[in-house]
Amino acid sequence: MKRSNEPVFWALFGAGGMLSALTGVALVFVTGIGVPLALLLSPELMSYVNMLAFAQHWLGKLVIFAVIALFLWHATLRILLLLHDFGIRAGPASALIGNGLALLCTLAAAYLLLALGF
Amino acid sequence: MTDGNKIIEMEVLRYRPEQDQEPFYQSYEVPFLDDWSVLQGLQYIKDDLDGTLSFRWSCRMAICGSCGMMINGVPGLGCRSFLRNYYPGKLRVAALEHFPIERDLVVVVDDFMNKLAQIKPYLIPKQVRALDQGEYLQTPRQLEQYRQFSTCINCMLCYAACPQYGMNTDFTGPGILALMHRYNADSRDDGRAQRMELGHADAGVWGCTAVGYCSEVCPKDVDPAHAINQNKMGSAIDYFLRFVKPRGASQ
Ligand code: SF4
Ligand code: FES
Repeated sequence: MKRSNEPVFWALFGAGGMLSALTGVALVFVTGIGVPLALLLSPELMSYVNMLAFAQHWLGKLVIFAVIALFLWHATLRILLLLHDFGIRAGPASALIGNGLALLCTLAAAYLLLALGF
Repeated sequence: MTDGNKIIEMEVLRYRPEQDQEPFYQSYEVPFLDDWSVLQGLQYIKDDLDGTLSFRWSCRMAICGSCGMMINGVPGLGCRSFLRNYYPGKLRVAALEHFPIERDLVVVVDDFMNKLAQIKPYLIPKQVRALDQGEYLQTPRQLEQYRQFSTCINCMLCYAACPQYGMNTDFTGPGILALMHRYNADSRDDGRAQRMELGHADAGVWGCTAVGYCSEVCPKDVDPAHAINQNKMGSAIDYFLRFVKPRGASQ
């Protein structure tokens, strides 16, 4: 019987799920509430200069990349599974669109992060 | 037959292929006592009201796995569900979902039986011991690795609960994947590589989307969803490790 390739997507899905569970709420608070409303956090925290410095550090790049890419892979499989459970079969076409989109955004994120320089 | 004064209405799915175009519900008024199971209600119907009703049963004590049926839309064992819990409402009893109906509440179990054979549900020892070498010893801790999964009674309730199996019966399904895990996790067994050929496939553990309803309806707390999830982890590790270790890394 043919081995399934699902482990690739499942591993990305699992890693993204873990990461979003650990950091998702904090990220929403920091980027969506804390900084814009100056609630507990200084608005300066996410100023252009700060963020650029963050994105130019290799560790910052890694964090941004992981958050963007893994969240996307997680969301893609979650949506495909949801469609499947509603009886809409995730055929090759929807899997291709979903995973293709995630792959495209992953590559774009990697490219843009590298293009920012160190 | 009873001196109880309570009467419950039981609607039972009927289908006799030689005379019925399609399944339909037939209603019966069943007088019952407080300790009567749904199975006893069906037996009352068969003995006293309508001898043409067909259903499977044997042990009457949740151990043979024969009396699985849909009870008000939920997969359950007839002998383990009690009429008093549905009274004064009425009760709908139907054949197990996701299986073809053979007759009334009797379903065709061929698919389940074939799949069961495929996972080799028996110990495949590393080294076959001769009788005079004594028994295969196991510590309590080794026993705990699989004990929970060995209590499955093949009742197929989890199959009636599984939306993936309902959508595509190629999927090996919860109960049998749990049994596969039961043998793989047994310290006396060495058949994992043989079994995981199916386990690694789309029809194996990867056909599961982690809905978890199987574990909810299981009358024996086998928790097939948990067994499958553990095997997804093992199968994924094996998927990536095989590039490093082409042979042997059979998790
Ligand atoms: S896992 Fe539970 S529900 Fe499924 S066949 Fe075994 S005993 Fe029945
Ligand atoms: S009759 Fe044996 S499990 Fe119900």
